[in-house]
Order: sequence, then C-alpha cells, then structure tokens
Amino acid sequence: MREVAILGIGQTKFGELWDRSFREIGIEAGFAALQEAKLSSQDIGALYLGNMASGSFIEQEHIAPLILDYAGLAGHHLPAIRVEAGGASGAVALHQAYLAVASGAHDFVVVGGAEKMTDVPEDVQTDIANASADQEWETVFGATLPSLWALVARRHMHDHGTRREDFARIPVMAHEMGSKNPLAHFRNKITLDQVLEGSPVADPLGVMDCAPASDGAAAVVLGPLEVARKYTDTPVRIAASQVACDTLALQHRKDVTTVEATVVAAKAAFQRAKKSPKDVQVAEIHDAYSISALMALEDLGFYAKGAAAKGLSDGEVAFGGKLSINTSGGLKAQGQPFGAVGVAQVAEIVRQLRGDAKDRQVSGAKLGLTHNLGGTGATSVVHLLERAN
Amino acid sequence: MTVARFWRETPRRYNLGGNRCSACTTVYFPPRAVCPTCQKHRQSLGKMEPFTLSGDGEVFSFTLVHEAAEGFEMQVPYVLALIKTPEGPLLTGQIVDISLEEVHIGMRVRAAFRKLREDGRAGVIHYGYKFSPARENGGREAVASPVSQEALARAAARAQGTART
Amino acid sequence: MMEQTVGIVSYGAYVPRYRITPQEIGQVWGTDGAAMGKGLNVVRKSVPSPDEDTITISTEALRIALTRGRINPHDIGAIYVGSESHPYAVKPTATVVAQAVGATPYLTAADFEFACKAGTAAIQTCMGMVASRMITYGVAIGADTSQGAPGDALEYSASAGGAALVIGRENLIAEINATESFTTDTPDFWRREGQRYPSHGGRFTGEPAYFRHVGECGRRMMELAQTEPKDYQHVVFHQPNGKFPQRIGKSLGFSEAQMKYGLVTPWIGNTYSGAALIGLANVLDHAKGGDRVLVVGYGSGAGSDAFDVTVTDRIESYDRNHGRQVQEFLDGGVPLSYAMYAKYRGKIHLGGS
Repeated sequence: MREVAILGIGQTKFGELWDRSFREIGIEAGFAALQEAKLSSQDIGALYLGNMASGSFIEQEHIAPLILDYAGLAGHHLPAIRVEAGGASGAVALHQAYLAVASGAHDFVVVGGAEKMTDVPEDVQTDIANASADQEWETVFGATLPSLWALVARRHMHDHGTRREDFARIPVMAHEMGSKNPLAHFRNKITLDQVLEGSPVADPLGVMDCAPASDGAAAVVLGPLEVARKYTDTPVRIAASQVACDTLALQHRKDVTTVEATVVAAKAAFQRAKKSPKDVQVAEIHDAYSISALMALEDLGFYAKGAAAKGLSDGEVAFGGKLSINTSGGLKAQGQPFGAVGVAQVAEIVRQLRGDAKDRQVSGAKLGLTHNLGGTGATSVVHLLERAN
Repeated sequence: MTVARFWRETPRRYNLGGNRCSACTTVYFPPRAVCPTCQKHRQSLGKMEPFTLSGDGEVFSFTLVHEAAEGFEMQVPYVLALIKTPEGPLLTGQIVDISLEEVHIGMRVRAAFRKLREDGRAGVIHYGYKFSPARENGGREAVASPVSQEALARAAARAQGTART
Repeated sequence: MMEQTVGIVSYGAYVPRYRITPQEIGQVWGTDGAAMGKGLNVVRKSVPSPDEDTITISTEALRIALTRGRINPHDIGAIYVGSESHPYAVKPTATVVAQAVGATPYLTAADFEFACKAGTAAIQTCMGMVASRMITYGVAIGADTSQGAPGDALEYSASAGGAALVIGRENLIAEINATESFTTDTPDFWRREGQRYPSHGGRFTGEPAYFRHVGECGRRMMELAQTEPKDYQHVVFHQPNGKFPQRIGKSLGFSEAQMKYGLVTPWIGNTYSGAALIGLANVLDHAKGGDRVLVVGYGSGAGSDAFDVTVTDRIESYDRNHGRQVQEFLDGGVPLSYAMYAKYRGKIHLGGS
C-alpha cells in the first residue's frame, strides 16, 4: 500500500441554500478542490461521492454520474461511485477513495460529499434522518434519532455521573468557532444557559444540543504522497483511514454508553499511524448531538469512560487548550449536510495542518483527527491526518 | 409503509416472538437467522429455535420525546424507553399510561397492546407492543394515579372559569 | 334452561386511563355540566388515549381473561367482538384480537354490531356453539370507544372500555342457566354509513326503547327462570347513563344493594357494548359461590338480551386478582381538559388532513 496525500480541498457555504441546486453545490466543491490541486481533468481516475438520501431529499438517485456530468467529466467515462453510510457517508466515501489510491488502482481521485436537505419541509427532513436508525425495530415504535441519543445521554448520566451541563458545553464551543467560519450555517454565539433552556427535543436533549439540517458540499482530491509536491506546496498525508461498524439498532449494542465502532476504528487508526491520542492537537468530532461528541472524546481514547465531562469543564478540551475540537464549528454550527459532513471535517483539518485556518488556527497543529458517525454509531469513521514535511 | 412490510412482522410486534440459539441459549428479539454471540455461530445457522418473550421488563433508559416520529404527533410529548427484558434482549418502545415524573431507570414495566400508527386516514392501522408500569399481581399497573380531590376541584374550578392552572 | 351446562370460564375488563367530567364538557358548550352530570348520574367518563381503540381494548381485556383462567389460546374456537366503533368499516376487529392473543389460525372470528348489545349477542352465539360442542371455548367481547358529537347530550356520557368473557362447558366460575331476548324495530339511535357521529331520537330513546325492551326482556327472563328479584344477589343492566338502570331496576323490583356492583357507568361513562359486560365483570370481582346474577343488555334499534347466571364455588379459587379489577378503573383515572379530550378523540382537524 502506498502513502496517500490530500492535494486540494473545496467546500461550499453550509446552510439554507434556497437558490442553489444539488448539482450546483456538488460541482462547486469539486471544482474548488481540483483547482487547488492544479490537476487537469484528464488526470482524474475516479469520483467517489458521499450522500445519504438524495432519493428522499430531491427525488434523485444515480447522482454520482450526474455530478460527473455537470463537472464536465462525463466524456472521460470515469467511474463515478456513490457511497451511503447514513451520516458517515462522506467519510466512508473518502475511505473508499483512499483505498483506491493506496492500492494503486487509481492515481488521482476526487472525493465529494453533498446533501441538499432543505428542498423538503422540516418534518420530512426529520423522518429522512430517522431512516438511518432501524426503521423496523426503532422508529416504528416512536424513536427518532435525537430520542435515541437522548436514551444514550440518560444512561451515560446514570452510569458515569455525567451532568446535563457537561454535554451542553459542546454546542457553546461549536457556535464560538462557527462565528469565525464564513462557511458556517450558524455564525452566532450562544451561552450555556441558551443550551440548557433550549426548547426540548427529546429530554435531556434540547434544540441547541442538535445539529441542524443544512445544504452543502465539500470535496478533497487525493493522490500518491510520493508525487504530491508536484501538485501542491502543502500536501497533507492520510496517516490512517479506518471504518468500523456495529449493530444498526442501538438496542442491540453491548453498552449503549460506548460507541464500540468508534473505539475499534480509533484504536486501529492510532496503531496504523503509530500515534496515540495525546499526539493529536486538533480534531473534528461528530457532534450531531452534544452527547455524541462527549462520548466520542471517550471512545476515541482522549479520555477514559466517564472522564470527558471533567476534560470539558476543566477547559482541557477547548480552542487553544490541550485538544481543540470542531474549529469549523462542528456539525452544530458549521452545519450538517449529511453526506458532506465527513469530507468537510477533513477539509477543516487540512486547513489547520496547512496553517490556513486564520482566526480559527490552532497553533502548532501537526496531527489532526476526524470522527464521523452514521445513525447512533452503527458506522464510525476515524481519519488521522498529518502535515507532510 | 406497505401492507406486507408491516404484516410480515406481526408475530413479533403483536406477541414478542423472538428466537433462541440452540447452541448457547442466547435469546434474540427480533429473531435472527444466525447467532452473533455464539462461538460456533456458523453452526447455529438453521438451529435457531422460536422463543417468545414474557412481556416483562424494566426501564434501562428513557426520554420524553417532544419532536415526534412520523405518525406519533398526537401523542407528544411521549415517553420512549429502552426496556431490559429478563430474557436478555433490550427493546425500544414507548411507555404509556405514565407521567414523566413517575419514570425512572429500573422501574418495572409490562408489555401492552396499542396502536403504533396509521397509514393516513384511509390506510391500514398498525398495532404492536408498548409498555406500561407493571403491578405486583401480574398484569399492568392500575390507572396510574387516582383522581385526587384537588384535581377534581381544579377541573370544577376551570369549568366555572374561576381559576386557571 | 340449557340442556348442556355452559357458562363463564374466565373474564377480564379494560378501561382506558383518562377521565373527563361533565363540568369540564359543559363549560365549553355553555351548559351547566354539574347539573347535566347529576341528571345523568355520571360523575366522570373514560377517554381513550390516541393509541387506543376497540381492538386494543378488546385485546387487553382478553389477555387478562386468558391469564386468569390459564387458558391455552389455541383452545379458543371462536372470537366475536361486539362494538359500534370497530376501527375499520371493513376488516374485522376480531382477527387482530385473535392474532394478538395467539389464538390464530384454527378458529372462527367475526365482528358483531348491534349498538350497545353486540357484546351480549356475542355471548349468546358462543353459548350455542359451546353447547353444541362445535368449539371448546368461545370468546365474547363487548368493547367501544364511542363518540358523541361535540355539544350533543351524548358527549357527557359516551366513553371507552370493554370486557371479554370466555364461554365454555367446564371449569366454570359462573353457569349461564338461561338466556332470553326481546327484539323489535325501534329506531332510537343510529349511525348511517360514513357518518362520524351517531344520531338519536332524543327522549324517544327512553320509554319506547330502553325501558320497554329492558323491562320486557328482564321480566320474561325471570318468568322463564321461575325467579323473582329477591332470588338475585346482583343485577346488571345496560347503562347508557347512571340513571336509566336505576329506574328500570326499581320498576322491576330490585334494590340499590342488588344493583351496587353492576352499576359502573357513573364512574367511567357509557362504554356502549362494554357497559353490561364491565358491570358483570365488576359483579364477578365481588361475587361469592352461589350468588345469582341477572344481566339484561340493551342495544338501540332495538333489542335486549338477558342472562340468568349462577356463580359457582370455583370463583373462590379462580385467579381474579390477576391484572386489574374493575374497581380500580372506577376509582382511578387521570383528569383531562376538554382541549386535550378534543385532541385525543380526533375532534381537532389537523391542517392538510
């Protein structure tokens, strides 16, 4: 397996993009990434596109060739492949692309992630999102994604002494960073009280604990590390790309307060990269729900089970602290266009490692991590990214 | 949801019909074709035997849902829970006939038979299990709280427009 | 008298959790609810949750009955559900109930409709089938989630609940000595196909309808059984409100004490097809071996079914403490505002639907 580098990134604004269609945002992100990488279209070997539910959101399936076509690449007859893994679709698409380059099957590959969610009303958005849980044994009985995470939160509080305000800190930090990100869906800052007093969604989770539905797309271009300097001055090495899965339904997990898929993916990633959690300065963590991010801090190995709360309240996990998380604003503030999330997380870490993150820059960022979840953690994807010197 | 898609699961949704690995005796709900925990799980193929849950359980975790799943809008806010059954499996389901202050982790519940949702006004009605507080002599808890004199007085006062709660 | 002894092997009742008072209803419609309640002798009525209907009520009642009687569901040969609020116009309530109690597939099942006496009609059908040895056990259920039109007098009493009786030949907790019916074409109450709420003939529902049919049927039943009111420890009448049964009971010669357990409507409202059966269930909750019970149902349209019943000594060892007894439903309940009641009963039309 050869080493793989990220040669370029692109990302649209995230948010309610009323005037823009799926195909428009899809190609905008891809063009931006290609432009950065100084690649011409003939160099590209394949397109991987992460997307969760275009059939439900815009009544359009078969979207990989659609984006290929509107990118002007149909004439090259490249393989264009859609990847679906719920909210983790983007990171799994990146993983597939990584394997394609690492194996030598392709040299240069474009990875896109895109979702156009606001073409359906909010209640329909919710129902579509719920489809990443088990429709036959969870949602049919009245479960929703936030209510399943609320069940996790309550049990985490019960088993590990976590307090409501511990996970409420995560959206506050997310909005603080979102205010510095021009691409973010939400640019306003919020207070801890606003999170605690937000209108209830599924107790103990309120509206401010839940990431929004957004439109948006992100893309990265991958190539072999050995030639990366021909295409960019600031290549970023993919030190590890790991996908792990678990039962689709929360009720079948061994321990609902641990996303085992994350534990397994993170362990494998750190092992492959010959690194440990303490080597990471900056991480993009899946905060679709505040509790999912708190648990990820534990499951990724940054904290022992039950100890993340203290790390958050002590300020260890904070912008400029021991570990900076979600400098993009995370899913909560930057936005949550399902299929785009995993790719956008990687784009943010690339900015950090290049030193391009402006007033969000974490000084001395050398090793970054991304963590992308599908559903209640049936799919977990961990990437470790390193500045290539 | 199409008629057949719901109908084929009625033995499970009406009567908690699961199955059990004949090799390691682990119980599964819903039933599985192969035992995931059994060491010899390849040998368990075709050796899973029917096993019906008793309907007993206790609350493992719970939440009060304010933003409903499709078809549950009229019941907002409703209690959703993970229920630990004595047979082993954890089940996701609503707890009905209860107010939030009464729910707690560890509380005993028993399966009830309720409407889950309807396919619109003209479509099929789906039924299945929910849970309600259990009682000591088997079956389910009495209508949770007696109508208190205060509650009746409040209702009477409201009726006369003399008070607002 | 029956040539083959038949009777009740087991029973169970179920009433939903919520309650609303006549006062609460009256204040919405500018009526003196308290006076209305007093006139009807209805203190409160039950209201089903949005996820309850005749199918779920029937299932809950039958599940209790099967557990109490330790009855193997596969021994049930027939399930008949009497109701005027079957959730489907076409598609049986009884098949869902049969599946939900594990009685399928080797049984017959059907839905009965005869206003409020569909449940007692189901008992008679089961008696015949059991006595003729067509089946081992027959299940007769009376259950309803009845609705009165908003503002209509019926709204003060129409409620939800039901009871299930398992009819058999052996292990009886009560023998049904005889049954009699009284049937005429009397249009006192009806609901046309496609109509949301029933219509009624106002005061016509009284003398020519309820009182004539219940009275005639009750009298004739006692004639046939060669009994007098004093021979009965308990009497149960159909009870569209709390007043009618008291009046007919008095005119037939029964005392308040005989009517005590059979009268449940004042605390749960009129459960229609469930009413007489829940009253009987309450009697059985309290009865001793040897007690004699007269039951007279009534259904608009119109007809009455009467039963002469003798409780057996087996009632003492029968597990009637399993599950909820009727008294708990009479005592308990969670009060609802009219607004919540209107929402739960589907009286509020949601946008788009």
